[in-house]
Amino acid sequence: MHALALNFDFLFSNFSQLTVTGLALGAVYAMVALGYTMVYGVLQLINFAHSEVFMYGTFATLWTVYFMGGTAHTSGFALARMFAVAMVVAMVVSALVALLLERVAYRPLLRRNSPQLMALISAIGASFVLSESMGLRDNITRWIGLNDNFSRYVSGARDTRGLPMDIQTHKLFPIGNYQVTNIDLIVICCALLMMLLLDQFVRRSRLGRGIRAVAQDPESAALMGVNSTRVVQLTFLLGGLMAGAAATLYMLRIGATRFDAGFILGVKAFTAAVMGGIGNLRGALVGGLVLGVAENWGSALVGTQWKDVVAFVLLVVILLFRPTGILGESLGKARV
Amino acid sequence: MLLEVEGLCVNYGHIEAIRDISFSVAEGEITTLIGANGAGKTTTLKTISGLRKVREGRIVFDGKDITNVPPFERVKLGISQSPEGRGIFPGMTVRENLDMGAYARRDRKTAAYREDFDRVYQLFPRLQERVSQTAGTLSGGEQQMLAMGRALMARPRLVLLDEPSMGLAPRLIQQIFSIIAEIKAQGTTVLLVEQNAAQALRRADQAHVLETGEIVRSGTGEELSGDEAVKAAYLGGDV
Ligand SMILES: Nc1ncnc2c1ncn2[C@@H]1O[C@H](COP(=O)(O)OP(=O)(O)OP(=O)(O)O)[C@@H](O)[C@H]1O
Ligand SMILES: [Mg+2]
Repeated sequence: MHALALNFDFLFSNFSQLTVTGLALGAVYAMVALGYTMVYGVLQLINFAHSEVFMYGTFATLWTVYFMGGTAHTSGFALARMFAVAMVVAMVVSALVALLLERVAYRPLLRRNSPQLMALISAIGASFVLSESMGLRDNITRWIGLNDNFSRYVSGARDTRGLPMDIQTHKLFPIGNYQVTNIDLIVICCALLMMLLLDQFVRRSRLGRGIRAVAQDPESAALMGVNSTRVVQLTFLLGGLMAGAAATLYMLRIGATRFDAGFILGVKAFTAAVMGGIGNLRGALVGGLVLGVAENWGSALVGTQWKDVVAFVLLVVILLFRPTGILGESLGKARV
Repeated sequence: MLLEVEGLCVNYGHIEAIRDISFSVAEGEITTLIGANGAGKTTTLKTISGLRKVREGRIVFDGKDITNVPPFERVKLGISQSPEGRGIFPGMTVRENLDMGAYARRDRKTAAYREDFDRVYQLFPRLQERVSQTAGTLSGGEQQMLAMGRALMARPRLVLLDEPSMGLAPRLIQQIFSIIAEIKAQGTTVLLVEQNAAQALRRADQAHVLETGEIVRSGTGEELSGDEAVKAAYLGGDV
């Protein structure tokens, strides 16, 4: 066995590249983390199936690109237009999946005041159902006889499916010794913009205030005239929209997905949410970016095969010193 | 009658918190419920607001049966509450809390709405000094004022106040009670729950005594403050 050697040379010589690509990855984590953190803030419940909401977004992106006639040669403006449409479609699809999840897997339990453990089990079950329906879509469509029309979308249900084209990157400007690409910039800016919009919505709008009120004191919120069922729906909707947008950005960078692609990304996003302070919107942003960058630095230092280990060691270390996360817990209290 | 409660029973599991309670609240009056700890006063108010499920009985507000109307709809009908323990939103500023009070209103862009802010600031000048302070950092008395002000921001026809004087210094208690009288003078009907029975009875038009979930005595505030049994049980030596 080799001793674990720390490769500082590699880290320092690629420092700016690792940081920029880490930020781009972290931005995607952060957007998915928002879904976990908002639902937790309002229901004190971990929506385990949120990873599948993201996964459906990746397929919505992929299929939109195919459906719009994307080929290996699509590039430039046509490609940009395809991705713009795909993002809207993915946001809608993910939001619908999230709403369905709330309706089917949570609301019946919440209405009966079931213990939180029940909701957690329900969420895990829903997660399997959603991901396996994607993984068995060829069989499912065969049962209902749609195989011919949809064969190119449903075939190879358990294989990794990629975009038809390689996304060509363009170098824009240097930071240190790294040339920042258009894709880096699009992913980071898009994610930051969406998160800014969400943050402002939750802070300033009437409905956003309703969300914060339910998070801080559900009974008082009801006394103010807040319909908590609508608020819960709204948090799932917003979480779904963000996850869908994240899914498109993820496809732009990674280019491929699978029926179980949500799992590891979901775990990372959840880690980011806990790291930043679960229930705290800005915490999700900070947690995501820190995690993305730390993963890149860590894997440069000790080798990429340790990437996931780095992420979770970091989580443990942060929670040891700050048990409520970097920015502290809660959608309401003192922070948002 | 603005509010009529008829044969109300509420359970927590198998425990009966209130049993067959009936009373009514006349428009423009202060009605008070007094009683020992655990008598069921808070439960009664929460049930009127819709936070607790009715096992039996009805609640009629302004002629409309609201027994099964969800709480957020009752706010729109004109019932608002300043809950026990204040229930302010700790992470919001004073202004945002007051704004939450008006959540159900549709006229939030109008002058009437801004006037209501002014009305609350007039009743509680302390809140105006602290509009931008995070509510969680207010003192207990200030939080109480905020909870009451917030309840008024809904522009209710009936406001339910659950122990507004709890934990306050004697001078502040005086102030709170004169504010309650002022709220009545401005035309809002008040249903008041109090431990501070002497003060509550002095201000109340109608009063009911609750004992282990049942109403055992009713009368005008004056009648009950003269009642020997009430004196012995709730007024102690301080009257
Ligand atoms: N959430 C609950 N679960 C179980 N029992 C409850 C609950 N809330 C109240 N109770 C019980 O119902 C009874 C009435 O309580 P309630 O809070 O209405 O009393 P109260 O008259 O407001 O008392 P206090 O003056 O101490 O505020 C009490 O015996 C209490 O223990
Ligand atoms: Mg009480």
